Amino acid sequence: MSEIVKRALEGDELVTSKILTKIEYMTPDGLEYLDELSARAGKAHTIGITGIPGAGKSSLISGLISQYSKRGLKVGVIMIDPSSPISSGSFMGNRIRMQDKTMLKNVFIRSIASRGHLGGVSSEAIMLIEAMDGLGYDKILVETVGAGQTDTEIMSSVHTIIVTSVPGTGDEIQALKAGIMEIGDIYIVNKADLPDANVVYDAIKFSIDSAEWKDWIPKVIKVSALKGLGIEELVNEIETHLEYLRNTGKFEDKVKERRREMIELIIRKWANDKISKVIKENSSLIYEKNELRKTLDALFSKFKNNIC
Amino acid sequence: MEKRIKVVVSKLGLDGHDRGAKVIARALKDAGMEVVYTGLRQTPEQIVKTAIQEDADIIGVSILSGAHLELVPPLVKLMKDKGLNDVGLIVGGVIPPQDIDKLKEMGVDDIFLPGSSLKEIVDKIKRIAYNKRGIKIE
Repeated sequence: MSEIVKRALEGDELVTSKILTKIEYMTPDGLEYLDELSARAGKAHTIGITGIPGAGKSSLISGLISQYSKRGLKVGVIMIDPSSPISSGSFMGNRIRMQDKTMLKNVFIRSIASRGHLGGVSSEAIMLIEAMDGLGYDKILVETVGAGQTDTEIMSSVHTIIVTSVPGTGDEIQALKAGIMEIGDIYIVNKADLPDANVVYDAIKFSIDSAEWKDWIPKVIKVSALKGLGIEELVNEIETHLEYLRNTGKFEDKVKERRREMIELIIRKWANDKISKVIKENSSLIYEKNELRKTLDALFSKFKNNIC
Repeated sequence: MEKRIKVVVSKLGLDGHDRGAKVIARALKDAGMEVVYTGLRQTPEQIVKTAIQEDADIIGVSILSGAHLELVPPLVKLMKDKGLNDVGLIVGGVIPPQDIDKLKEMGVDDIFLPGSSLKEIVDKIKRIAYNKRGIKIE
């Protein structure tokens, strides 16, 4: 084992952090560290928290950190915030909801920008999950970018998916729609102290009750992350889900799926960059011809040369 | 991918005036940096721990309470103790002119007073990130 990884495993936070950065940027040594850590990974229970911006995902994570920390568990947190499509910069403000968790021992919190990736989770984020898993964190909490209806990538990245909803987000038609409202293992109605919390709760409940489930039936829980209400019930439900995953052998399947997703996202990113490059280089061709078929034929042949 | 400059922006000490810090954080985002904004009433311990876990290139603290000569030394000491020797430290806020050299002697890389232009702040931070960590400036 490399000296660096050894120091990280011994609990050196600065070294751990440097390793994560190298992995994030996929430097040659970073990838070697990831391989070393990956060989030790596969034990952590990974939990994804998704939902619209402002749903209370960070506050919810703050509550979960308290609970897990109290139980003596090592907690890793990865929080993704959007990168600017204009400047590529990012304003990451998730830590503000968990200020009192900064000094807790055995809690490692890392913010990461989405860097142009759509879908809620990025290849970098999954690489960090893999690394934290290898570093021996018991629970890894992953906060997606504030999600829209189609941001469902988290389903292939973690063991347990928590979809966070809030009062005022619509009726049962919204809850019945495809996408994010069908991927949750546990649904949260956060800010449940606000009026209309029951409307959203009933809508999600109806959506779940009206479907047929093979084994795991998704749960709905009312929570007020800020007031700490419902957090214990949530933690218990997460543990029940973990038990279900272990009993059915799905725990290991999810780890495999996550690794597949990581590789797929890395390659997609590479292909995306190629596509953007070809489009940019051939913009004159796109502007000149107003015939879709011919333009596409010309571009496809260029893609073939570039990608294959 | 090329390394982006990562900055932790914090309000150090008991001081509720965070508008300036938010404006700076936003300007750094607009300049292509990745900013972790930690908010109000942070202790030196919290800021250093955050900078460690985030692997920040720069720590930016805003102080409008007048307690900069009390708050900055423990922050600088803790940064040294924890091995953050290659992390830039900038201070913004209401700092009397006679204190600027004192802060710089303590180890603050730059100080920005009210009226500093956002462009000047961005440019100086880029230079510090290059000098301390070799991050290329576009």
